[in-house]
Amino acid sequence: MNFEPFIMPFNIGLYFILAYCVVRCVVWFRGLSRSDKLRLQRGFFGRPFMQSISEIINESLLHRRIFKVNPVLGYMHMSLAFGWFLLILFGTIEADYFGAHHLNPPSRAIFFRFFNPDHGEAGFARAFGFMMDLILAFILSGLLLAISKRFRPKTMGMRKTTKHTLVDRIALTSLWLIFPSRLMAESLTCGAHNSGSFLTGTLGHAMASVMPAAEIAPVFWWLYSLSLGTFFVLLPVSRYFHIPVELFLIFMRNSGIRTGDKASSFTEVQLHACSSCGICISTCQMSKSAGINNIQSAYLVKGLRSGSDVSDITKNCLMCGRCEEVCPVGIELGPLRMIQRRGGEKQYEKIPVIQQYHLKRKNVSTEKEVTHSYSYLKNTTPVKADVLFFAGCMTHLTPSIIQSMKKIFDEAGVNYHFMDESGGVCCGRPLMLAGRDKEARELINHNSDIIWKSGAKMLVTPCPICYKVFNESYYLDVEVLHHTQFIDMLIEEGSLRPGFMNRSVVYHDPCELGRGSGIYTEPRNVIGYIADLQSVDEEAEKSLCCGGSLANFSLSSDKRRNIAADAIQILTKDNPTAVVTACPLCKKTFSSVSETKVTDIAELVAMALPHAKPAALTTVTKNKNVTVSASNS
Amino acid sequence: MSQVSQQKFGFGINKSRLINYDKGDRRVRQYITDREPTFKLCFSCGACTAGCTAGAHATVNMRRVNVYIRRGELEPIREEVTRCMMCGKCLLTCPRGVNTRTVMALAAEAMKKLDRNEL
Amino acid sequence: MAKQIIIAGGGVAGIEAAATLADMGHKVNIIEKGSSSGGNAVRWHALFPDRRPAGEVISYLNNRVRNKNIEVTYNTCVNKVRHHGSSLVINLSSGEELKADAFIVATGFDLFDASRKEEYGYGIYDNVITAPELEDMFNGGSLYTADGRVPERVGFIHCVGSRDEKVCNHHCSKVCCVTAVKQAIEVREMLPGCEVFCFYMDMRMFGPYYEELYREAQEVHNVNFIRGKVSEASNTINHKVAVKVEDTLAGRPLRMEVDLLVLMTGMEMSATGASLAEASGLRRGKNRFLSVRDNHMHSNNSDLPGVFYAGTCTAPMSITDTISHARSAALEVNLYLSER
Repeated sequence: MNFEPFIMPFNIGLYFILAYCVVRCVVWFRGLSRSDKLRLQRGFFGRPFMQSISEIINESLLHRRIFKVNPVLGYMHMSLAFGWFLLILFGTIEADYFGAHHLNPPSRAIFFRFFNPDHGEAGFARAFGFMMDLILAFILSGLLLAISKRFRPKTMGMRKTTKHTLVDRIALTSLWLIFPSRLMAESLTCGAHNSGSFLTGTLGHAMASVMPAAEIAPVFWWLYSLSLGTFFVLLPVSRYFHIPVELFLIFMRNSGIRTGDKASSFTEVQLHACSSCGICISTCQMSKSAGINNIQSAYLVKGLRSGSDVSDITKNCLMCGRCEEVCPVGIELGPLRMIQRRGGEKQYEKIPVIQQYHLKRKNVSTEKEVTHSYSYLKNTTPVKADVLFFAGCMTHLTPSIIQSMKKIFDEAGVNYHFMDESGGVCCGRPLMLAGRDKEARELINHNSDIIWKSGAKMLVTPCPICYKVFNESYYLDVEVLHHTQFIDMLIEEGSLRPGFMNRSVVYHDPCELGRGSGIYTEPRNVIGYIADLQSVDEEAEKSLCCGGSLANFSLSSDKRRNIAADAIQILTKDNPTAVVTACPLCKKTFSSVSETKVTDIAELVAMALPHAKPAALTTVTKNKNVTVSASNS
Repeated sequence: MSQVSQQKFGFGINKSRLINYDKGDRRVRQYITDREPTFKLCFSCGACTAGCTAGAHATVNMRRVNVYIRRGELEPIREEVTRCMMCGKCLLTCPRGVNTRTVMALAAEAMKKLDRNEL
Repeated sequence: MAKQIIIAGGGVAGIEAAATLADMGHKVNIIEKGSSSGGNAVRWHALFPDRRPAGEVISYLNNRVRNKNIEVTYNTCVNKVRHHGSSLVINLSSGEELKADAFIVATGFDLFDASRKEEYGYGIYDNVITAPELEDMFNGGSLYTADGRVPERVGFIHCVGSRDEKVCNHHCSKVCCVTAVKQAIEVREMLPGCEVFCFYMDMRMFGPYYEELYREAQEVHNVNFIRGKVSEASNTINHKVAVKVEDTLAGRPLRMEVDLLVLMTGMEMSATGASLAEASGLRRGKNRFLSVRDNHMHSNNSDLPGVFYAGTCTAPMSITDTISHARSAALEVNLYLSER
């Protein structure tokens, strides 16, 4: 075999990137905790392995998830990834089958046409050549879309596309050059040798008739090899590093490794697996409704990767979970942000010695260290009851929910105690959302003590924020139920018999209840007993955030209202008589911008009970002005 | 240490009841306004404090904290700012749209920085 | 030839403007959405600051409207006003089209729907009522709670739906403070054994003898004033209403049970006025009331020639101010018609 110098850039790039990936994987593997290491080892031999393979085919090659969100974008990614994969796969088979030897080096397959210019004259070889041309055409169609997306994102249904660094731009250019230069190189070679299929053959023939194809061809073979080599070498420092990292991430995830509370090498893998596709930006309501375009997960990940200050990005997020739901790579964006929120306080942990000296010189006392503490909370004597009702802070501002729950308890004959009737203690979830787990624990312990001593078997709350923390972070021996679950249970066992009211309503999934706790069916069951439940455009896993989220610490009330107004517009598109939700905060936030009545599921049930007063559901707040001013402000 | 007690001893007894505005320390006010401009909007209606979850158990008075920070009197509210539970109820009652609990968190943060002479 | 003027709204402003124009010899047609004239004022028992019976003002207006030059069309709204040549074309909800030489918007205000402040429990607790509902009780001559008790303690919450960005109303409704003081005195006079508390943010006693009325409430009637915005109300087992407020002057949270809680609901741009404005391209301000051409010199003028404003469609006002504003609107119209 004679040596061809033009394959050198390709070879250098390929072996470099392979070696780099192996080293990086080893480093990351070593950074895992003991149990995660075991998980990954076990995952490699068994069902998780097959799962990973199928996920790699589905997601890394076919990009099914992107397809679901945006078919055109999905096609673009699929043509590039799956097309390239097919090109390599069939190229290798072609080289192996038709080439001079078996088990060739990769360059033989990549530059097959160069080494076998006369290939594909007849029969099977001809069909193979046709297929290779077809695959190349497939990739080139995706490439056209990619170029148009870069210059005009709106044509692809994207509102925003991520900004690129210089390295990214060079890598992108070399990526874009790979396939056109291959097309040109193959066509010219085919033109000179009068071979090739429908694409390379036709194009080559046309070019050969106007220029000396055999002389020009090497230029494009060089360009082809160079662009491949450049792309591979720049891969680790560019955004395209996500391509190999995603494969590793898939194996880790399928082995059962999760983000957890602290940063680990798994979080690092996730950061590098982000492709900056921008789907999280397009999905984010902060972008759509509030015009805030610098805090989305893609920017958080980017900031974390580059080690820049992300404290403002970290806090300014509704934590609604919509981005995580649509992330095509499946990165745990919520937990990643939470880790960052928890870490935020660390900068205050230590005062450098030199600064201490400075403080002493300035007579500044360092003794008055301010730390958050709830030691002022006093033990209370709990009341014994079967069922504890914890309304939560917000519900005290929506007394209709409390009244309705009391009515429901009485109607069903439940022996309950209203735990925070005259003011309780916060459930601790808001503090956790602020990243202050330690302080939250003080509140959790306080509440747990009351719950334990009450001897109750069940804890019911109408607040999804409280529900999530009771369910996940409290160690209780009682059953924790959101009121939607509790009411569903009462109706099912027959102790509550609401009547059907023949009204059309829509249901809004609160973030903490739906995506946050996976409760989708119970509220729908309950509404189904009472009213005609219409479907809405964005519901269940895709449900919108009301904008009132406690997880955001910077958003202004104007912008919150803009988010709410846009969401309510989508919810009330088909003119339902009421928007039903299952969260006091959602109710409050929506009520201030909605013309349509916003009601909690408990109110709907209480209204449908046989002894209830005549329904007030039809009294729609006729104030068009509210939304007008909301959108003006 | 001796200086601290001397300070207390020296001024503790004869400490003026006057808010000496010219001697006030308004760095905390600056720190908060820079980060949360809605801090300026408070008109002292007290709705935040009326419903405050933490305020039912201890002295936590957001309205007063706001006033004292504006005047530059930090000692009286030093403890209070650490007692907020961040429950966010005050956000829903404030008629002026002040991001109340963030103001409390920023006040606590600023106070820490002040102690470290980082402000 | 007498000119034809159409006025949207037969409340205080509409009637006063119509009567003033009719006295000048113009023909006026009042389009009133309800079945009777008088607007929001007819519900009132007595008026601040002198507490004269509201009926006196109403009968004055009723006398004014009985004029051969005035015609009143009831149960009809004005949907739209537009220019057609030199005159105006007015579309009514009845489908009719009227021609006019000038048009006055006097659509007044809507009272804030108190159920939008859910935390105060209106529509949820029986013993939470609004200021006009208290006037109804005064008119009825007796004051009882929903469960038939004589109240021993009554609370008034000021600024319900006013000065509150949570309900998208940044504006002050101006008259509720003095109304609360007036009503507090009336409660005390009616039930000498009843304690009265006003929960206010600021006392805005802007008019003549308002401040004196405030002083009288303290001096003569022992009305209690607590400075603080109520955050929430809840009901108690014995059908009382418990309010949570910060006593901002004492600097401590305060809880109190009252037998009757009165919400001083504020003024908002009326819904009919708003849709008329939207349809006709009349400019509205951030507070959603109609924007006048100039706040000082032309407070009765719209941007459209021939279209004028009278009364609370431009901003919250007392009855005194409304009558003055309506008269000046009539003068503006007369000036406009004579110049044509």
